[in-house]
Amino acid sequence: MLDSISTFVARILPYGSASFSAVAALAKSVFFILLFTMPLAGILTWMERRQSAMMQDRVGPNRANIGRFTLWGIPHFVADALKMIFKEDFVPPQANKFLFALAPMLSVAPVLIASAIIPFGAPLCYGHMSETVALGTCVAPIELQAARLDAGLLFYFAIASLAVYGAALAGWASHNKWALMGGMRASSQMMSYEVTMGMAVMAMFLVYGTLEPGAMVNAQGDWPWQWGIVGIPQVIAFVLFLAAAIAESKRTPFDIPEGESEIVGYFVEYSGMRFGMFYLGEFVEVITSSALIVTVFFGGWRFPGAGALAASLPNALFVLASVLVWSLKVFLFCAFQLLIRWSLPRFRADQLLRLGWQRLLPISIANVVLAAGWILLRR
Amino acid sequence: MGTTVKTVERPAGIRRKTYLIAILEGLWVTFRHLMKNWIGNTLGRRAKTDIATLSYPEQKKVYPERNRGLHRLMKRDDGEVRCVACMMCPTVCPAHCITIVPEEAPDGSIEKRPRIFEIDELRCVVCGLCVEACPCDAIRMDTGVHAWPTIRRADAILDKEALLSRGDASTATQGGVGPFWREKVKS
Repeated sequence: MLDSISTFVARILPYGSASFSAVAALAKSVFFILLFTMPLAGILTWMERRQSAMMQDRVGPNRANIGRFTLWGIPHFVADALKMIFKEDFVPPQANKFLFALAPMLSVAPVLIASAIIPFGAPLCYGHMSETVALGTCVAPIELQAARLDAGLLFYFAIASLAVYGAALAGWASHNKWALMGGMRASSQMMSYEVTMGMAVMAMFLVYGTLEPGAMVNAQGDWPWQWGIVGIPQVIAFVLFLAAAIAESKRTPFDIPEGESEIVGYFVEYSGMRFGMFYLGEFVEVITSSALIVTVFFGGWRFPGAGALAASLPNALFVLASVLVWSLKVFLFCAFQLLIRWSLPRFRADQLLRLGWQRLLPISIANVVLAAGWILLRR
Repeated sequence: MGTTVKTVERPAGIRRKTYLIAILEGLWVTFRHLMKNWIGNTLGRRAKTDIATLSYPEQKKVYPERNRGLHRLMKRDDGEVRCVACMMCPTVCPAHCITIVPEEAPDGSIEKRPRIFEIDELRCVVCGLCVEACPCDAIRMDTGVHAWPTIRRADAILDKEALLSRGDASTATQGGVGPFWREKVKS
């Protein structure tokens, strides 16, 4: 049946044509953003409250329901979204209206765009979807990756760093001194930790010899000891990258820009769904950084026994399995980030910058040298 | 008066300074709690978890015996209100939430009874002074019910019928036994 569909599609969109690649890229983006990132970000808003409650010996949100089905309270995120949509959308009278409206979009959109380079499944062998195709033997597969760029992770850093404008503009456009100061804290923090983030991945660039995430996944094996994390410089790079990624998403222990209850943050003047976009953007960043960690350090979609499974299952089913495994890995790292967020106390602003510039950055630079030596020794 | 400075020692040693070990220890503690509570709660065995939350409308905590709840008016043996409208409770009430309009009682043995007895539960500060002041055990606060939310403020004002509906016969002797009760008890 799959092949009959693909022959029908082939009549309208011949494989390899420009229109085919455009439609394929669109389909991949739609899958990644509408079917994975956005629902998971919504669920994470509920999961954060529920998981933190369980960690603190409470029950958490478990009452929202659809009729008799409470589903452990998962509908809470739908209820929250409905609440935010119907709340008053207040704009301060002296605010810059255009920038005030632009800031929440700028805090979500760059992260979503940057996630285009993340491979989320095994390559799909188009035209042989109901046959078994051994790994790496397909001639011209469809890579499950919205954009395959040679610049790779550099594109990610270039686009994701635009999110700092979201925070800074929100602080500035609100016409509120405290929001402005929150925006300043956010921009100083995000800029400091971007450097560490880039330097941490630099070591991984040396190890893989490529910047392209798809090629990084191909360089890793199916079994956990063949993944990117194995090795001394790689483990150091992982810890540095994780710390910097949490700082980038402005969550505890690095949440001085907003500081939910104690410090007035850059989105203090925002209400309704505009606030909801900042809130959602935070979780989208959690998902994207988790996806990046999975891609670079934990084998992407690869899982133990993938090679054997590819040789015994139809290609379409195997790709589906690989997408599910990848989703599960990303989900586990999201849960791990929530665990960190609810375990550690907040840094003070000066401690945070000292940690970034005086501890993490020198370590990450030294780690690049270490990685170079490591590669030389292992050759 | 000069200020004193207390110097707090920073954690020493590479193990404490890198935070990493301490962070892992902390994560292990929270992870243990998460797993214990999550698994226990999912299996429906709340008793095996550390969860202290009471699911309120379904589970209610039993109040202690001396808890001061909503007021009630006690009844005499014949079912009439015990209150003799002596005005002790509105006098002592610090919140001025009790309104009593007395009238002459048809029964000759007591002179007065309340025609109107209203308590504004929104004004009441639940101090219990009215119960202490009452000389004839007519008002009590031992219902164990707390003031419920109402849509209109007027609904929070309880009148004599509402207060009597939770009432009960008192075991105390109506009117007391007089100033020479010691002799009377002996005989």
